[in-house]
Amino acid sequence: QRNLEGYVGFANLPNQVYRKSVKRGFEFTLMVVGESGLGKSTLINSLFLTELYSKDYPGPSQRIKKTVQVEQSKVLIKEGGVQLTLTIVDTPGFGDAVDNSNCWQPVINYIDSKCEDFLNAESRVNRRMMPDNRVHCCLYFIAPSGHGLKPLDIEFMKRLHDKVNVIPLIAKADTLTPEECQQFKKQIMKEIQEHKIKIYEFPDSEDDEDSKVTRKIKEKMPLAVVGSNVVIEVNGKKVRGRQYPWGVAEVENGEHCDFTILRNMLIRTHMQDLKDVTNNVHYENYRSRKLAAVTCNGVDATKTKGQLTKSPLAQMEEERREHVTKMKKMETEMEQVFEMKVKEKKQKLKDSEAELERRHEQMKKNLDAQYKELEEKRKQYEEEKVSWEAQQRILEQQKLDASK
Amino acid sequence: MQIFCVQQFSGFQQNTCASTVNNAYIFKQDINVRPLSMSGHVGFDSLPDQLVSRSTSQGFCFNILCIGETGIGKSTLMDTLFNTNFENSQSTHFEPKVKLRAQTYQLQESSVQLKLTVVNTVGFGDQMNKEDSYQHVVNYIDAQFESYLQEELKIKRCLHNYHDTRVHACLYFIAPTGHSLKSLDLVTMKKLDSKVNIIPVIAKADTISKSELHKFKIKIMSELVSNGVQIYQFPIDDENVAKINTTMNSHLPFAVVGSTEEVKIGNKMVKARQYPWGVVQVENESHCDFVKLREMLICVNMEDLREQTHKRHYELYRRCKLEDMGFTDTDAENKPLSLQETYETKRQEFLFELQKREEEMRQMFVQRVKEKETELKDAERELQGKFEHLKRLHQEERMKLDEKKTMLEDEMSGFSRRKLAAELLQAQAFTGSMNIKKDKDRKK
Repeated sequence: QRNLEGYVGFANLPNQVYRKSVKRGFEFTLMVVGESGLGKSTLINSLFLTELYSKDYPGPSQRIKKTVQVEQSKVLIKEGGVQLTLTIVDTPGFGDAVDNSNCWQPVINYIDSKCEDFLNAESRVNRRMMPDNRVHCCLYFIAPSGHGLKPLDIEFMKRLHDKVNVIPLIAKADTLTPEECQQFKKQIMKEIQEHKIKIYEFPDSEDDEDSKVTRKIKEKMPLAVVGSNVVIEVNGKKVRGRQYPWGVAEVENGEHCDFTILRNMLIRTHMQDLKDVTNNVHYENYRSRKLAAVTCNGVDATKTKGQLTKSPLAQMEEERREHVTKMKKMETEMEQVFEMKVKEKKQKLKDSEAELERRHEQMKKNLDAQYKELEEKRKQYEEEKVSWEAQQRILEQQKLDASK
Repeated sequence: MQIFCVQQFSGFQQNTCASTVNNAYIFKQDINVRPLSMSGHVGFDSLPDQLVSRSTSQGFCFNILCIGETGIGKSTLMDTLFNTNFENSQSTHFEPKVKLRAQTYQLQESSVQLKLTVVNTVGFGDQMNKEDSYQHVVNYIDAQFESYLQEELKIKRCLHNYHDTRVHACLYFIAPTGHSLKSLDLVTMKKLDSKVNIIPVIAKADTISKSELHKFKIKIMSELVSNGVQIYQFPIDDENVAKINTTMNSHLPFAVVGSTEEVKIGNKMVKARQYPWGVVQVENESHCDFVKLREMLICVNMEDLREQTHKRHYELYRRCKLEDMGFTDTDAENKPLSLQETYETKRQEFLFELQKREEEMRQMFVQRVKEKETELKDAERELQGKFEHLKRLHQEERMKLDEKKTMLEDEMSGFSRRKLAAELLQAQAFTGSMNIKKDKDRKK
């Protein structure tokens, strides 16, 4: 760590980054989920001080839906030289049917398909500018029953908390008294913890001031909001609010609801962090799941543990090397078996050769013995014959002599 | 706070940003983006600040590569630029090969942290045969790209924590001959211009006079142009800095002098080099272009250098690498291919290849076994033949023996008959003679 004496100039880097980011412009995708009539469109209008839907661009709230739709509206807003392309994703029909099992599926499909688009764009060989249409934040509207979460609420948040930043909101908070609201919040947070739902967490900052603010926000979660499309005059000031016979519920009054906290957090201080968490956590989860499925196809599940730290190509390289060793081993084994069999066969041949030799020897000996025997016999016979013939000749001679 | 009200063109579905502020932002391909006006201050104009504060807390990172002959002043210039003493021992002229030495430092200015990596070539231009000199540099640059690419391709990756070592700027030190570029300079820069942002500097500029310098710069730039070398141009598309960048572009290449020694001028201590004939002040713009270099390299365009490296040079490397490995964006019918499809196809091919190899080996063995079997069978048959033959011989012998035996038996039986006949005859003769004798005796 070195502190520099004298001017170098890279302290200007942040300004360079600022300049370039303004030139590039920004984008943000905000999704709102909740039953019809909870004031989602009104809240968007209040947050961005505009009319998102109009005669030319009608919103979904006027239409009756049979199934859950996912609709996006893209608008370009500018302020202080900064351009923001804002995409609002609405989910009309959510939770409105009689049977709401699986009504979160279109929402999940939408989020995944945006991640898929980004993954494909990022993975191309020729990469152009990659527009970021991934959902950066999902505002989940809880009906102000005052009691606790509904099974649908819990189910939805459980299924989406590892895909997108979920920020639960208590809608139409002007139907709850502060005490009821406090109670409701406590109950909701308790249930969220019980079900191990991971809602968006505000990062702790190093700055003490910011930390104090962050802690205050955390204590007020989930934020109870009120929205309004109408501007009313209160004490000479023009404010957005809801006019009742008994008074005006002001949207931007911190004592009436948490709208200001939501707006400040969502837009003024943590918008970039929402994008970062989406990019670094949710998208990376999606990506690694997707790619692991591809590369671990047909691979033994017990081997996948160490493979996730490599790129699929590096992994194929390694598999190739493993295969080469395996083949070598197979080859040596086969070679061994082969040699062994050959040896066996040769030995057998040798043995049978020896056996036949032996038999042949045996027979020869036999034959020779017989020959010898024959020779003996013949000799004997010849001797006998010769001696008898000699005898006969003598007798003959005698006879001849006698007859004279 | 200013409020931008963009006119709403009713029914106009296209992106109609008629802004004069920016004309080059990326969402042109998004159809159906309509402008919207707001009735008050929303607050997203803090977005650039949010981005900046995140970047600042993460810390910045910058990598400079200095190429130049031994003793040309690379280390001194780095020390002067960053106002610090990087530990650098003097190198010898007798390095057998060009080496690259990278050192990383953590610097801080105001509240901005910078992780600076300075890479110096060692022994560049010292060898007798300099043909391979640039190769080591190219290899180093490619290796950093490769490292990043590998990280980017991993399944579980950590890009936001990754220590980026890719070279963001390459300072090429030109020897102050006053004449022209050396052929080694041209060859090296040509090889590097598609891989890194090249910023050529004339080193030890205090040995050239002003008029010589002017001619030298013109000569250098024209040689670069005529050889098609693309050096880094300071960007002129951002109107905030277009003017100063354009001016600076016309002063390229910067003639610099480096020094960490300080000399008293007036009542200030300044970085300078003391000669008998005068003092060359490093930060005096009429003495050399050091301040211009520092301004351009660090204060104004550091972020652009990083961006160009990532968006242009790295993308080029990545594209070439992936194409070499057989990846394409469209399949045979020109339909777009997703990454998964490509991976899957590759994987199929790969598994298929492995299977084929296994099959081949097995077949080879089957073949060998067959051959050996035939061999052994032949040997067996031969042996069999041999013994058949012997058997036949043996049988023949046996037959002969039997013949001889029969012959002997015949002879013997013949002989016995003769003997018998003879004996019978003798016996008859004897009894006959006996009878005659008997008769004779009786007659007497």
